[in-house]
This record gives sequence, structure tokens and C-alpha cells, in this order.
Amino acid sequence: MSDRTRRRKLDIKNGRVDLSHGAGGRAMAHLIGEIFHEAFDNDLLRRGNDQAAFDVVGGRMVMTTDGYVVSPLFFPGGDIGSLAVHGTINDVAMAGARPLYLSAGFIIEEGFPLADLKRIADSMGAASRDAGVPIVTGDTKVVERGKADGVFITTTGVGVVPAELVLSSEQARPGDKVLLSGFIGDHGVAVMSQRRNLAFETSIVSDSAALHELVAAMVAAAPQALRVMRDPTRGGLAATLNELAQQSAVGFRLDEDAVPIRPEVAAACELLGLDPLYVANEGKLIAIVASEAADTVLAAMRAHPLGRDAAIIGEVIADDHHFVQMTTSFGGGRIVDWLSGEQLPRIC
Amino acid sequence: MKYMDEYRDGKIARSIAAAIAAAADPARLYHFMEFCGGHTHAISRYGLEDLLPGNVRMVHGPGCPVCVLPIGRIDMAIRLAQRPEVTLCTYGDLMRVPGSHGASLLRAKAAGADIRMVYSTLDAIAIAQAEPERQVVFFAIGFETTTPPTALAVKLACARRLTNFTVFCNHVLTPPAIRGILEHPDLDGVEGPKLDGFIGPAHVSAVIGSDAFAEFARDFEKPVVVAGFEPLDVMQAILMLIRQVNDGRHAVENQYIRAVSPQGNRIAQAEVAEVFELRESFEWRGFGAVPASGLRLREAYAGFDAERRFAMPEISAADNPACECGAILRGIKRPTDCKLFGTLCTPETPMGSCMVSSEGACAAHWTYGRFRDHARRAVA
Amino acid sequence: MIELLPDQMARVSLDGVIKVVSVALVAPITVGDYVIVHVGFALTRIDPEEAQRTLALLAEMGQIATEAAP
Repeated sequence: MSDRTRRRKLDIKNGRVDLSHGAGGRAMAHLIGEIFHEAFDNDLLRRGNDQAAFDVVGGRMVMTTDGYVVSPLFFPGGDIGSLAVHGTINDVAMAGARPLYLSAGFIIEEGFPLADLKRIADSMGAASRDAGVPIVTGDTKVVERGKADGVFITTTGVGVVPAELVLSSEQARPGDKVLLSGFIGDHGVAVMSQRRNLAFETSIVSDSAALHELVAAMVAAAPQALRVMRDPTRGGLAATLNELAQQSAVGFRLDEDAVPIRPEVAAACELLGLDPLYVANEGKLIAIVASEAADTVLAAMRAHPLGRDAAIIGEVIADDHHFVQMTTSFGGGRIVDWLSGEQLPRIC
Repeated sequence: MKYMDEYRDGKIARSIAAAIAAAADPARLYHFMEFCGGHTHAISRYGLEDLLPGNVRMVHGPGCPVCVLPIGRIDMAIRLAQRPEVTLCTYGDLMRVPGSHGASLLRAKAAGADIRMVYSTLDAIAIAQAEPERQVVFFAIGFETTTPPTALAVKLACARRLTNFTVFCNHVLTPPAIRGILEHPDLDGVEGPKLDGFIGPAHVSAVIGSDAFAEFARDFEKPVVVAGFEPLDVMQAILMLIRQVNDGRHAVENQYIRAVSPQGNRIAQAEVAEVFELRESFEWRGFGAVPASGLRLREAYAGFDAERRFAMPEISAADNPACECGAILRGIKRPTDCKLFGTLCTPETPMGSCMVSSEGACAAHWTYGRFRDHARRAVA
Repeated sequence: MIELLPDQMARVSLDGVIKVVSVALVAPITVGDYVIVHVGFALTRIDPEEAQRTLALLAEMGQIATEAAP
């Protein structure tokens, strides 16, 4: 009988992570086995190596890395785990790539409840299975109490993109259209609603979602017409468009009336004195598309559940100052500038 | 959003813009000052100036409490927060206001001071009750809208016998500032704009009442129209001002009838009167010492006055000599007249308070309107 | 205002977003009243009749302008 079957199982209900779980010994192996391997279970992981080896698929490789420090760890519509899976998949997908594998590293604070760790791991496993992108390797470290706020997660994602599909930040051109896949501000508001010092109640849930299949539909509809895609996470739509304006050396002109926002999100932002354009999203994308194909791509987006509320929100213009301009619903003009300072810390 | 969306209707906006264009006499200029920072913000955020004819110009006034706070008072707050036993509670806007030598509350916090952002004075009271070993100080600023909440917090602290709660009071009054602008329209030899009227503050008026502005209409013969915050409110108020000017009238009119009455909020006024009294004089950025313009806690509530409890020495600090906040606050210069604007002074690296506060003229112009500067230069 | 709470507090709703604020500064209000909120305090009640009057005036202003336009 192997050692594995005779030992006591982890006390998930009441147990806590302690320094022995990070020491590299038997305790750590049990933690990894019972919590992570069980939640993520897949062929590569089962081999129990420090790395995962897989054949290289034809095309160009895409790789991304991300860190997740969201606070609080659990929020309406998700948690740090599902966020990590979705966010990493999305970064790969924004290149038009098919995500293949994920890795996940955990830095856990001494004293962190095992029940919460399991909840996060299970959520990651579910998100990864739903997306069809397995977590094939990882790492675990435990640090002393007070040195990590609960748990931090770092990820890497790899994917593959056809050699002829090139989506990149410097490709936006005057005349191209700006497409947004749906309602903005949901994630930021959902996370904020859990922050005790803000004290507001709402039924808004995070939009955290894996966008790779939506992207695949868009690529299938008009592969030559896509210039660049990006997901507006921290800093919101404003940050993303300002970045792209700089990188492509262009300007934007948006139509405020065309930007989809839920009334409740607008109300929450009003109450908190926030501009929804700066609020984080975790299940949305911006696509810059050649104007002649904009309607085709929009239709493909709307045909997909994650793009049902997609809209054309503006266009790319020539502008040496790289401003993101917007015609307000009121009819006047304003710019949508970079955010100054940190509006909301630890939002993803 | 009820009572908001209806006042943001773009179609009605265009109609009123046409009415304004029709009413404005093409043979003259109209300069109106909006006193309230919330109005400055609304005008920029909605791009209202695009809907006004060229001869109707808005001049941004000093109704931004963060903007008028002198550097010395920020320095005092930072000093206080650096005391190990003190937890300084503050509204968000104050965190990045530059004090002397590049200091700010945000930087002090990064260096270890216990400074916490709150959304309400009640949050500060809650902290004081939850952490009795800390000396909780609330950094109170604001015009007549934020003063009643501070008054209530002090009374609550008193009722609950809190020994660890004090207020660092920087509350100021609106009418003395308006009087200051009207009596001294110029600064250091630079001529101020000839103002034709005022857009009266929205929520301040809800508290003090529209009658509070009658003295200015009477003594200086300038019309005052109290306006709500929404862009249609502001446009309606501008139209009402133009009509008064054309008719040669100078009365106080109330556009914000759904929230403002002639006498204001008596309950709020009574709370403030009970807790606060007038300081003989208080320094305002851009104005110097203004008599009877600031508040301090009454003797009966002296136990809750941070300046008394901590024997805080008054710090008087000079502005950066190139900073034009003073002139900008009084409408004598525009943000783009300041040499530091957009170069050394940006929202990331603010030199003066006008750039930090979301209601400041410089911040509003930078965040929403600076694209017009380039268009103007291109045309010129 | 959707619910009065003890200690002069109340729950207010803006399009389904709910916040708890103090109503100590306003005269007694009833469920269904609208208030203006600033830094966690209700400052004044919004008078629905006056609100209607303002909207009617705004609409009228717009009308006259379009009629008068050349």
C-alpha cells in the first residue's frame, strides 16, 4: 500500500496553509495533489513533472504572463482564480491566437484558509475546463503571515496564431472603425461593491469571461480586416484607447451615445464619482477593424453570446497629438484622457 | 437615472443652444463666472462651451475647496499625519495636492503615515470607534455643502463621548469669496475679466438658500442665477443670465427650483451654527487673507478641534512663483496662460491644486478640453 | 429613498444601486422621496413638481428657439 493512500486527508474545512506547505516536502506534495491537481486534472499535470512538454503546433507561438492581486479575492461573478484563467486566455486571444496551455504559480500567505484555497482552485479548474485550455504546470510558495495578502497568482499562457494573421498595436489607421464587444464597467463596479469602505449594494456581477471563441468567430469572419485587439482591463476603455493612439500614432473620435453601459453601472459610477470609461473590464474586447469590414465583424460578434451587445463606438482619425476625442451625448466635445493616479487599487 | 438623465438630453441642449445664440446680442461680449467647481466640471465634461456662441464666455471661479486651500494647511495636515498616534482621515481629492517641497498626503502615506481615504465624515467616526487607541483626525474642507456633515460628526463624537476624534477644520464660506472677486477684480496689475453675471452654486445654494446672493446682485448690480449641476440646468441658467443682461436687470434668479429654496436648508444651517463660529480671517489661495470667510469650532466643542488638541503651529507657505493658481481661481487668467500648464504641471505631476482637484479649472481643461488649444493654435 | 433606518440613516437607490446615507440634515422624508446626496449625507429633498416645471420650461425654451430660427 503506498504512502499516499494511508495518510490523513487535508482538513479542508478548518485547516490553514502553514509554512510546511511551501517547504518542498511531503506537506507541500499533499497540498498540491489534493487541491491543485484534483481541481485542474489533465494528462500533462498527471505526469507530475516540474514542467509540461508538448509538441509545437504549426504557426507562430504566442506567450503571455500576468499577475493577479485582486482584492477582495471573491466578488460577484468570480474570484481571483477564474479571473486568472480568463485574463490569461484573453491576453493570448487578443493576438488572434488559439490558447493552448496555462501555467499557474501561487504565492500563499501563511494562515490562508484551505477552504478558500480549494474554492479558488476549483473555480480555476472549472474556468479552464469550460474554456478548453488546461493548466498544465505550476508552482507553489508559502510566505510568512503579512507578506502576501491571502494569495497572489501569476500565470503564463501559450497559444498559436496562423503566420498570416498579424494583429498588432501599431496597425490602427485613420478610417478604421472601433468595435467594443459589450457593456463596460461591470467588473470594476462588482469588485468595488465588495469593498467595505465604499458601502454600496448592487446586483452587478463581474463580466469575467474567456474571449478566445469570440475572437475565433471574428477572425473567421474577416481575417484580413482586423488590425488590433485589446481587452480593456485596468484603466478601462480610456487606458486601452490612449495606449493604442500612442502606439499607432493616431487619434480616435468616439460617440458617447454608442458606448454600451448598463444603467446600474452608470448609477454606481455616478454615486462613486467615477467615469465608467476608466473602470476595469474582464470579459470585453476592443477591436480596430478596417471600415469596409466593420459591419461584417460586428455581426459575427453579435452572433456570439459574449458579443451580443457589441457596438461600433467610433473611428480612428489622423491626429498628431494622439488624443482620444469623444462627442458627448450632449453634443459637445471632450477628450478621454489617460487616467492620472490610481483610481482603484487592486482591481485585478 | 431619474432627475439626472432628463437634464442631460442632447436634443433639448441643441434647442437651448439655438435660443442662447438668438438671445445673445452679437454686438457685445458676455462673461459669466460659474462659481462652483461642480459646474466647472460639468461644463468641461459635457463640452458645453462648444454649444455656446463665440461671444458668450465662461470664466471659472474659485468654488473648488481643494483649490483654495493654502499650501500651509496641507503642510500642517502632513505634519499631523506623521505623528505616530494619529490616523488622518481625508476625502480622496486631498491625497495628491502638493504641499511644500513636493510633499503630499499620498507620499506621506507611502512613507508610512496612517492616512485613510473616507467618503463620509461618518466613516471617520466609525474608525475612531473601532480603533480607540488611535487619535483619529478628520481633515475637513469644503464650502457650505460639506460643513453640515462635519458638524453632525462632531456632535456625534460628543454624544458618544469619543476622546479620540478631532477635526482639522478648513471650512470656508461662499459669499465672502464672491465679494472678494467683485471688490478686487484685478491681481498684481493684471486686469480681471469684466464679469456680467454669476452662475450660483448648486448644492451650496441648497444649503444657504438663493437669498444669500441678493446682496451681490444689489450692491454690484450683477445678475446671479442659481443653477443645478446637470448640463441642461447650466444652459438654462446661461440663457436666463443673458436675458437679464440684455434687459439691464440684476436680480437673483433660481433655476434649480427642484432643490433650492430662498431660505435654504434651515436644519443644516442650525447644525453648522451650533458647532462652528467665524474666524476673524482665513487665508485663501489666490486671495490672501479674507476676513470672516472661514470657520472654526466653537469653544463648546473645543475638545474636538485638532488645532487645539495638537497645538498645531500655523504654517504659512508660498506658492511656486510660476504657479498661476491664484489668478486662475479668480478668473483673471486661464489655465493655458500658466507657463507650467501641461509642461511641469500635469495631473501626474501637479504643481498646484487647480490641477489636482477634479473640480479645478486646470484639471478640467487638461482632462476634457485641452484638445481645443491645438485647434485654436492651428487656426491662428 | 427606499427604506428608513435607525439613527437617522436611510437606504437610497439610484437605478438599483443602493447606498446607506444619513438623513439627519433633511426634514422628515417618506419612502419614494428623492434626495440629493453629498459625501454620505442627504442634503435636500427634490421637489417633483418643481422638477416637472423645470423640464417643461426646458422643453418650451427649445421649442421657441426652433420656431424663431431663421
